[in-house]
Amino acid sequence: MLPELGHFALILALLLAALQAFFGIAGAHLQRDRWLAAVAPAVAGQFVLVATAIACLEAAFVNFDFSVRYVAENSNSALPLFYRISALWGAHEGSLLLWIFLLSSWTLAVAVGATRLPPRFGARVLGVLGLVSFGFLLFTLATSNPFVRLIPAAPDGRDLNPILQDPALAIHPPILYTGYVGFAVAFAFACAAMLEGRLDQAWARWTRPWTTFAWAFLTVGIALGSFWAYYELGWGGFWFWDPVENASFMPWLAGTALIHSLAVTDKRGLFKSWTLLLALLAFSLSLLGTFLVRSGVLVSVHSFAADPMRGIFILTFLVIMIGGALVLYAWRAPLLRSSAGFELGARESFLLFNNILLVIAAAIVFGGTMAPLIADALGLPTLSVGTPYFNPTFLMPILPLLALLPIGLNANWKRGRLAEKERGILVSLAIAVALALAVALGLFGGAGVLTLVGLTLGAWIILASLVDPIDRYRRKLTLSRAIVGMTIAHIGIGLFVTSISVVQSFTEEHDVALARGESALVSGYQIRFDGVQPMEGPNYDGTRGTLVVTHHGVLVGTFNPEKRHYFVQGAVTTESAIRVTRVTNLLLALGDDLGAGRWSVRIQVRPLMSLVWLAALVMAIGGAVAGSDRRYRLAARSAAEAAPAAAPAREPAG
Amino acid sequence: MTPRRRRLTLVLGIVTGVAIAGGFTLRALRANVMFFFDPSQVVQGEAPRDQRFRLGGMVEKGSVHRTPGSLEVSFVVTDFKHELPVRYTGVLPDLFREGQGVVAHGRLGANGVFVADEVLAKHDEKYMPPEVARALKKEAGSTAGGARSGS
Repeated sequence: MLPELGHFALILALLLAALQAFFGIAGAHLQRDRWLAAVAPAVAGQFVLVATAIACLEAAFVNFDFSVRYVAENSNSALPLFYRISALWGAHEGSLLLWIFLLSSWTLAVAVGATRLPPRFGARVLGVLGLVSFGFLLFTLATSNPFVRLIPAAPDGRDLNPILQDPALAIHPPILYTGYVGFAVAFAFACAAMLEGRLDQAWARWTRPWTTFAWAFLTVGIALGSFWAYYELGWGGFWFWDPVENASFMPWLAGTALIHSLAVTDKRGLFKSWTLLLALLAFSLSLLGTFLVRSGVLVSVHSFAADPMRGIFILTFLVIMIGGALVLYAWRAPLLRSSAGFELGARESFLLFNNILLVIAAAIVFGGTMAPLIADALGLPTLSVGTPYFNPTFLMPILPLLALLPIGLNANWKRGRLAEKERGILVSLAIAVALALAVALGLFGGAGVLTLVGLTLGAWIILASLVDPIDRYRRKLTLSRAIVGMTIAHIGIGLFVTSISVVQSFTEEHDVALARGESALVSGYQIRFDGVQPMEGPNYDGTRGTLVVTHHGVLVGTFNPEKRHYFVQGAVTTESAIRVTRVTNLLLALGDDLGAGRWSVRIQVRPLMSLVWLAALVMAIGGAVAGSDRRYRLAARSAAEAAPAAAPAREPAG
Repeated sequence: MTPRRRRLTLVLGIVTGVAIAGGFTLRALRANVMFFFDPSQVVQGEAPRDQRFRLGGMVEKGSVHRTPGSLEVSFVVTDFKHELPVRYTGVLPDLFREGQGVVAHGRLGANGVFVADEVLAKHDEKYMPPEVARALKKEAGSTAGGARSGS
């Protein structure tokens, strides 16, 4: 019964989404304020229905209901509870449902916040969100219904893909999707502004916190994915420029540009149409990412064709959503003029370069990700694009971006002279160069030019981010959350650049063949192999190796990497053993039985590896702090208070 | 700056940036793209001699040989028409198995042996790299006993 209830709830949610879109957009357009009152209840109802649907599917997973096809395909009677819950988003259909649930949650949050917005504008925002939701619900119901029954029911499930049976990957999709979906809010604000034909600084102020929070979630989501790839895939790499990774990275780059462009629109009333375009771009890339990853287009163009219905729907949806928004943009953006000027050395200029460089970076990633698909579609020879392309090309826009950051941070709005900040910038640069040299020569005994540049930039960004807050503190000026958050996020960038420079330059990686009692020596770590034992888990068995690691005679610890064999799918996974010691990540993975009593072992020493993910977390925390600034809420409230005075006849909208 | 000059700078900046980035990107793409070949194409001399490429096909049953106790391994990649011997030193991926699809990155040696520096067999066991599936479909025709279609 429950799966049918879930299915029915989704159908009702589709109807409510249509009502929400219609009453929101048409009501605001035709100035039928009575219609606007229906929007908020539709949002609330839709949230309840979608929550019911997702709860029904979860119930099917938790209770081993193998008469539901999606459950039978992605779960198993031996699967532990935690992974039965996360198995919901282990494949295409459930991921879509999660997407819809998160969208309705964001929409509910906007609806609660919208009571502080001008009623018509708020209705338009919710209407556009309803339209997005409608598209996704229709797609789910028409092509990817997770509630389809299996008759007769399967005696047991085919199990969740073993590499997804992992804590980091269990929480990675919800957080990543929260980020993706969050850009839908920025998109809806942009569309509402275009429909209204009016975009002022207040608009930017309303949009900023939503965008920043979405960005923070996306940052954490990407970092979690990278962390998972590092320890679960057993290869020990943390970023492969894999199409799936790129799909999440492109909206991040566009979203980062959007955050900065919004700052200019908020503070100075400039870059209006550019900001709109970025909001469209960020969400379009999120949509593309969602579909590319889960529809299987990227894994195989064939599977795309295997379900032509799904492919055609995706293309149509993308065209309507993105194309429609762009047409709206072409029609309405010319109305939005900005009049203020600024000097070349002003903060606006630096943020302009920030935007251009970030968009170029996104374009480079896009080119490399789509090239194989395009070549395939044109019938050209099958090709693949990997790290040798991405690493050097990506650095081209990113290095200048990082070099401009410390200066731009300390530049003034409007005026081009750095004045009193100049000393702070130069002093921090000098310290950064000294630190980089000290670290490279003192700790690692030499480094290449790119490493030194990276270390210098990282340290410079951190130090230069502190110049303005310290100056304000000294002058007893207030430090708003926006400024504190921005400083934290930029320090995160600095930490990230520093750690990635160290990791990329000083990683030691070896595959070795070891017999019981034999040792390998890597970067001063002595690794002794003490043999393997058989082992058993709930839905797998396997082999566990024992390796004892010492550093110059001091015991670091005993490592137990595993090789697991999952019963149901017959898949083998490598569980590496990882320990952080002296800020260095030591990863040991068990390879194969080589015969003659020897096993292959992968040894990886990555200094500062953990800092890469921690830095991403610092960025996200900075975003959360900045997004929670009181200024944004006050701005929304004063706008709502001003609105009824302007239109006394208007009825309040929910 | 006046609005007009600002707009001009903006447009010029964007155009220059995009042009430079586009140029570099295309150049980098051309230099770093790897093409895919199946054993038949390699045997017929279509694969480059001096460049890395991707080789894909099935690992022939009973062809995996190891020097006992060492990381060196050799196997044969087949598309059921032609075979190509492959040599590799290192840890093989979890899903590497005889009779399953595989993609190897590397160069063709003078003796006709493909020297791989990377072997991929990722994703679940149902998965077959799309190129491999296509190559097998193309070459095998009716003989493909083990050629399950990828996807």
